[in-house]
Amino acid sequence: MTFASVLEWLIKGLVWVLVLLGGFAYLTYYERRALARIQVRIGPNRAGPFGLLQPIADAIKLIFKEEFMPARADKLLFTLAPIITLTPALVITAVVPFGPEAANFPLFGRTITWYIADLNVGVLYIMSVASIAVYGIVLAGWSSNNKYAMLGGLRSTAQMLSYELALGLSFIAVILLANSTRLIDIVEAQTGMWFAVLQPVGMIIFLIATLAEVNRAPFDMPDAEQELTAGYHSEYGGMKFALLFMAEYDKMIAICIIAASLFFGGYREPWFLQGTLLSVDQTPLLGPVYLFLKVFILLFGMIWVRATLPRIRYDRLMAFGWKILLPLSLALVFLTAGGILLEETVNPWFRWGIPVVSLAAGWVAILGMYQTLRRKEHARA
Amino acid sequence: MVALGEDESCPYEECMPDIFEVTVDDLKHLVSERAISGETMLLNMGPQHPSTHGVLRLLLELDGETVVNCIPDIGFLHTGVEKNMEAKTYQKAEVMTDRLDYLNTVGNNLAYSMAVEKLVGLDVPARAQGLRVILVELQRIASHLIWLGTAALDVAAMSTFLYCFREREDILDIFELVSGQRMMTTYIRPGGVWRDVPVEFEKAVRDFVKMMPKRVDQYEALLTRNPLFLDRTLGIGKISGEDALNLGMTGPGLRASGVNWDLRKARPYSGYEQYDFEVPTRTEGDVYARYLVRVQEMRESLRIIEQALNKLPMGPVRSNNRKYVPPPRSEIGVSMEALIHHFKLWTEGFNAPKGYIYSAVESPRGELGVYLESDGGPKPYRIHWRTPSFDNLQSLPLMAKGHLIADLVAIIGSIDIVLGDVDR
Repeated sequence: MTFASVLEWLIKGLVWVLVLLGGFAYLTYYERRALARIQVRIGPNRAGPFGLLQPIADAIKLIFKEEFMPARADKLLFTLAPIITLTPALVITAVVPFGPEAANFPLFGRTITWYIADLNVGVLYIMSVASIAVYGIVLAGWSSNNKYAMLGGLRSTAQMLSYELALGLSFIAVILLANSTRLIDIVEAQTGMWFAVLQPVGMIIFLIATLAEVNRAPFDMPDAEQELTAGYHSEYGGMKFALLFMAEYDKMIAICIIAASLFFGGYREPWFLQGTLLSVDQTPLLGPVYLFLKVFILLFGMIWVRATLPRIRYDRLMAFGWKILLPLSLALVFLTAGGILLEETVNPWFRWGIPVVSLAAGWVAILGMYQTLRRKEHARA
Repeated sequence: MVALGEDESCPYEECMPDIFEVTVDDLKHLVSERAISGETMLLNMGPQHPSTHGVLRLLLELDGETVVNCIPDIGFLHTGVEKNMEAKTYQKAEVMTDRLDYLNTVGNNLAYSMAVEKLVGLDVPARAQGLRVILVELQRIASHLIWLGTAALDVAAMSTFLYCFREREDILDIFELVSGQRMMTTYIRPGGVWRDVPVEFEKAVRDFVKMMPKRVDQYEALLTRNPLFLDRTLGIGKISGEDALNLGMTGPGLRASGVNWDLRKARPYSGYEQYDFEVPTRTEGDVYARYLVRVQEMRESLRIIEQALNKLPMGPVRSNNRKYVPPPRSEIGVSMEALIHHFKLWTEGFNAPKGYIYSAVESPRGELGVYLESDGGPKPYRIHWRTPSFDNLQSLPLMAKGHLIADLVAIIGSIDIVLGDVDR
C-alpha cells in the first residue's frame, strides 16, 4: 500500500460521496416529478427551468433552519443517530464496479479502475454494512424521547429481523450462479444472461426485501406518516433531518445499484446487444451509462410502488417475511444449487430448469398468500 | 323563562349550578389499572395528527402497539353554530348551515330548509324538488370521494386521494355554475331553491354522470382486490348491527353492519320515492364492508341523478307563498306588493308559528336531523342539529379495542367523520 494508492482511494471515495449527495438531491426531484405525473399533478416547477433548482432551494432551506433539540433527548445519541444512518448508505457501494476493466484509464502513471475497492467478499460486505443502518434509526427513535419516534424505532427493529434473512438467502442464489462473492465476477458472469432471467423469483424477493431494507413504501412503517406522524424522525429538523432524509434516498440509490449489479448485469450491456457496437466489450465507456440507466429504471419502480400500494401492517410484514419469504428463498437456494449440480453433471440445459422450477415455487407462495386472504375473508362474515 | 340571577326568589349564588373541579383522579377510571402502574403506554394522538381528520384528539392506552383503550376527546372545533343561529332570522340563519358539515353543504341546506318548510307549512314546487335531489346526490358523491381519498390515504394509498379530488373538482364546478359558490352554496332555501339553474347545467351534469362510472371503476381497480388493501381492511374494526344501533350509528357505517336503514327509502322526502335505486348493504361490519357500501352508494347516486335529470319538470323553483319566500328579483321593480314583501322578509323576517318539529335527511354520513323550536317570533327559539358524525364517532372505542395503531387509523378513516359536524 503506497501513499499514492491511499490518495487514489481517498479521491475516488470523495468523488463518489459527492456523486451520491448530488444524486440524493436530484432523486428527490425525480421522485416528486414522477409522483406528480402519476397523480395528475405538476410537481415542483418554479425554481429554475423545470424546477431543476428545487433540490438546491430545499437544501438551502434545511441548512439555515434552526437546529432543534428536544429538552429531554439524549443529546449525544440524538446527534449521532443521523450520522450512523447516513454512513452505511454512503460506503455500501464501495465494492460495486461501475465499468469494465477495459474502461480503466491511466492517470499520472497509475491505472484508475472503475471501482473503489475490489473486495473478494463483496457480497458479505454489502450484507454487513446494510444491517448497520438500522441502528441509526433505532437510536434516532429512542433518543428523541418521543413516543411516536420510539414506536417507529421499535417497528424498524421488528422489520429488520423479518426481511434480512430472506435478503441474505436471495444473495446466496446469486453467489451460487456466479460462483463468486466478488461483485466484478458476478457482473461478468451475467454477460450471456442476466440473473434476473435465471432466477426471477430470487430477483423479486430481493427487490421486496430491499424495499423493506430502505424503509420505502409499502414497508415504510418506521416513518409511517399517517400512523406515527413521522416515526423515528418526528423530532428532527434542519440538517439533522436532512441527513436522515439523505440516508433514506442514498440507500435507495445504493440498493438499486446493487440490485442492478446482482440481477441486471451491472455495467454489462443487455444480453441481446452482445457482440454489437453497443456492447461494453467494444465500447467500454458505455458501462457506467448502462448502470445509470438500469438504476434510473429501478428507482422509477420504487417510486411507482410508492404511488400505488397501501402500506402493509408491521405484524403482517413480519408474518410475510417469516412465513413466505424465508421458506421461499430457502427453497430457491436448494433449487438453484440442484440446478447447477445437474447442469454440471448431466446436461447444460438443466440451467434453464432453475427459472422454471423457481417460478413454480413462487406461484405456490402466491397461492398460499391468496389462500390466507380468502380464509380471512370467509372468517369475517 | 328567567335569566339566571334575575329571579328574586332564587339568588344568583344558589341557582348557579355547582362547578365540578375535575382532577386527574376523576379520570383514572377511563384507562385500565395497567396504565396507572406504567405497564401500558398512554399516547396522545391528536388534535394535531395527520390521520384524525381534523382536530379530533384520542387518548390511547397502548400495550406495545395494541390499543387497549381509546378515549376520544372532542370539542376543539366548537363554533357555537347552533347558538348563533338563534340570533338570526330564519333566512339568515341558513348561511350558518353550510359551515356545519363542510363536505355536505347542500345537504345541510336541505335539512334546514325542510325543517323550516315543515314548521311554517310551505309547499315546494316539483322542479325545485328535482334540483334538490340532483344537487344533494352530487354532494353525496363529492363527500364520498373525499372519504375515499382520505381513507385510502390513511392506509397510504396516496394516489387515490388525488384522483378523487380530480373528480370532486368537477362537482364543485357544477355547484359554482348553479350558485356562484364552490362549497358554501346556500343554494337550497326554505320554499325551493335560490334561482333556476343555468342552461349549461344539464350538459355539465350529464357529462359528469357519463364520465363518473368509469372513474369509480378505476378507484376500484386500485383498491378493491388489492391484496395489501384487503389485508389492511378485512375484519378490522368490526361492529355488529345491534351494537351499531345501540350507539346511534347511522348511514353507510350502519348499513355495512347489516341494518338496511336509509331515510331516502324508509322516510322518503323531496320525491325520493319516484326514483329507482338500491340501498347497498353488507353484513360484515368491518372497514372493508364500509368501503364497499360507500363505493356502491356512489354508483347508486349516479343512477338517481340521471333519473332526476330525466324527470326534471319545467316550472317555478320556489314557492309562491310571499309571506315566507321572497319574490323573484324581476317582480320587485314592477310590483309594490313584491317590494314590500321583499323588504319585510329581509329586515324582520317572517314569524313562524309556535311549536317544534324534527326533520331529518340522509346525509352522506347518516341521519342528519334538525330540531327546530319556535316561540312565534322571527328567529328560532332553539335549534339543535343531530349530526351523524357525532353519533358515529361514539362507536370508535368499541371498534378500535384490540387492534393496532395502524388499524385504528384505518378505522377512523372508515367512520368518515367531519369534525365541523361533530363539534358544531
